[in-house]
Amino acid sequence: MNDRYSRQILFSPIGQVGQKKLAEKHVLLIGAGALGTGNAEILVRSGVGKITIVDRDYVEWSNLQRQQLYTESDANSRMPKVIAAKRRLEEINRDVQIEAKIIDVTPLEMSQLTDGVDLIIDATDNFDIRLIINDISQKHHIPWIYGAVVASYGISYTILPNETPCLHCLLQQVPMGGMTCDTAGVISPVVQMVVAHQSAEALKILTDNREALRRQLISFDLWTNQQASIDVSTFKNTSCHSCGQAPTYPHLNYESQTKTAVLCGRDTVQIRPTAAGNRDLETIAARLFNIGKVEQNSFLLSFTNEPHRLVMFHDGRVLVHGTNDVTEAKSLYYRYFG
Amino acid sequence: MNLLVNGNDLQVPSDVNTIADVITHFFEQDPIVIVEHNGEILEKNHHTERIVADGDKIELVQFVGGG
Repeated sequence: MNDRYSRQILFSPIGQVGQKKLAEKHVLLIGAGALGTGNAEILVRSGVGKITIVDRDYVEWSNLQRQQLYTESDANSRMPKVIAAKRRLEEINRDVQIEAKIIDVTPLEMSQLTDGVDLIIDATDNFDIRLIINDISQKHHIPWIYGAVVASYGISYTILPNETPCLHCLLQQVPMGGMTCDTAGVISPVVQMVVAHQSAEALKILTDNREALRRQLISFDLWTNQQASIDVSTFKNTSCHSCGQAPTYPHLNYESQTKTAVLCGRDTVQIRPTAAGNRDLETIAARLFNIGKVEQNSFLLSFTNEPHRLVMFHDGRVLVHGTNDVTEAKSLYYRYFG
Repeated sequence: MNLLVNGNDLQVPSDVNTIADVITHFFEQDPIVIVEHNGEILEKNHHTERIVADGDKIELVQFVGGG
């Protein structure tokens, strides 16, 4: 017998028993960017049984600074991220079953992906998809681990159905976007810190060591040297629509989805976001000022980063010019508006 | 006034009186922030009424979306 996992088995909370449990578990990883590649590599090296990786995007040069499974050759050939990730992960550990899916996840896909899944790891870049993950998690009683980064700041929380508050309880509203890694940048160490937290929590869940879970909302800024950890258990809301006594799982319904429409003959996709309410176009313009051309009038904001132009109206509606591809348009929308 | 924010001793201007003011001072528009004030977790609808005083210990955790 080879000793691939010997050091992990020597770690007594895991041991032989935990290692065997890990090999029987299936993890669904949504997103194959910075957090996704970091979590995937740790779980595959640690010997998880199966991992399904889902992402809609391809590898770009701007990914290589922090997305650890990708190479220059992947960027040159615009390889879909999940394909490049699967190749690399199979070189690392051929015993792990790796399923790669190039899709833009909607509630429909999500309900097909969660069959037999023991844990969902969030490595996404927007709250629309996280609220879908949150509802699916509650509906099918699958734990999930929220993680996010921007600039030098990271945050994570482990959500256990029927035990902890859910993301809906914590947010108390649907976010209207915010800073993103494409507007405020991001440094690799903070990615690794969130990955470390998420994957440690994952190992605890997958090896049935739940008593070791952190059970706190944690955040840290590796540049300003701040950190916080808060017990948020009092936020659990018994009338929450996602995890309360009479759940309706609102984010799995069509009405609460971000809507897209191709505007025929205009090479444009229209995006209507979930969160209603007036956008502060001044604040948004300030975020985009350094990365492209920003023009404004009293009705709208126009942001050009060739070959694309995105126009946002006060009500949050966005026109993405320069594409007829809904998936590409959504990708650009979340990249710049959060 | 000085506040102990996420472990750092920080000075805030005199027009910062409530938790809502603290949030406005440290973040750009409409952030989603969970606040612990002197060890007590605050519901969002208490942010505007909760008064802060010199030396208070405040933990701020902002939800962000990148990944």
